[in-house]
Amino acid sequence: MAFVDFASREIHCKIVYYGPGLCGKTKNLQVLHERTPPSRRGQLISLATPNERTLFFDFLPLDVGSLRGFQTRLHLYTVPGQVFYDAARRAILRGTDGIVLVADSQEARLAANVESVRNLEKNLREQDLEIAEIPYVLQLNKRDLPSALPADELRRRLSIKDEPTFEATAVTGAGVFETLKGIAREVLLDLRKRRAPRALRPASAAR
Amino acid sequence: MSPADLVLFEEDFRALHQILRRLRHESAASVVLLVDKNGQRIASVGDVEALDMTALASLTAGNVAATDGLARVLGEREFSVLLHEGEKENIHVSIVARRVILVVIFGDRTALGLVRLRVRQAAAELERAFKEITERMEREPVLASSIETLLAEITDEDIDRLFSE
Repeated sequence: MAFVDFASREIHCKIVYYGPGLCGKTKNLQVLHERTPPSRRGQLISLATPNERTLFFDFLPLDVGSLRGFQTRLHLYTVPGQVFYDAARRAILRGTDGIVLVADSQEARLAANVESVRNLEKNLREQDLEIAEIPYVLQLNKRDLPSALPADELRRRLSIKDEPTFEATAVTGAGVFETLKGIAREVLLDLRKRRAPRALRPASAAR
Repeated sequence: MSPADLVLFEEDFRALHQILRRLRHESAASVVLLVDKNGQRIASVGDVEALDMTALASLTAGNVAATDGLARVLGEREFSVLLHEGEKENIHVSIVARRVILVVIFGDRTALGLVRLRVRQAAAELERAFKEITERMEREPVLASSIETLLAEITDEDIDRLFSE
């Protein structure tokens, strides 16, 4: 839930990277961490299994600049993609301002992508949220692989509301920043539209 | 604005800080931190420069979320207190008013019993403070207008300029 802090003049937004196992959610955050100057990013925290699969979440705070004199900080989270970690996914989705669905472009992973979108819709609904109402972008990852399906076909199968879609190859970094800018834009436009962050906000605004 | 929203003004902020400062002093803790359940830091006092407070807030909220899941498995509403004991540092985590997380970090200068006692007292004060804030918001919803104005003034160009600085 977006958080406007008038005392320190900061806007904080929470963005969750969702998607099936091994689609590249963690890689997106690793690239953002590697390619952002240390002064504009915090620590990348990964709660992973001993064989480097996400167990609970990855977390990366990023400063993306000033908006009307308010420093804008994005708190990026990934969820564990493996099917049996559903409780962890629900916990991390709590209070999110926007979602990036990272799809694996390989033909063999199409069913897993479809299942992940359905799972996202179900988990949002359990929190009284509809995917149609929440800022949302689709990232088609692993575009470099020979088994990648055409982007148009993936869009047709996975798109749910004419959301902005970005092609990416996270291992090389291609498309990673574009995706982040895309979701940040959706989140901030949504905040302007609602004119009220959904969350707790320390504010020193004059009465 | 949805009824779940909460707006803290300068005086609320000062009042919360005062409660946290007193708790830190009376329990001889090194850091006291208030975090919302989504991992956002609300206020903190103590040796905050020495620690990555953003990471601490996010991990604490993750920890509480996982523990909430465990509680549901057992049919409990919540586990309201968590304790992590280290060799030198310890963390006492408690849920206040079902919406915020109170974190106390303490070392061997103090005792767990004292921390528990002081946390209980501070939690009651924090609960009262949040109740007053909620009641005021119901009486005077117009107080949020300064935030609405800020958000309404954001232009497409402002958003485009982000990332390019």
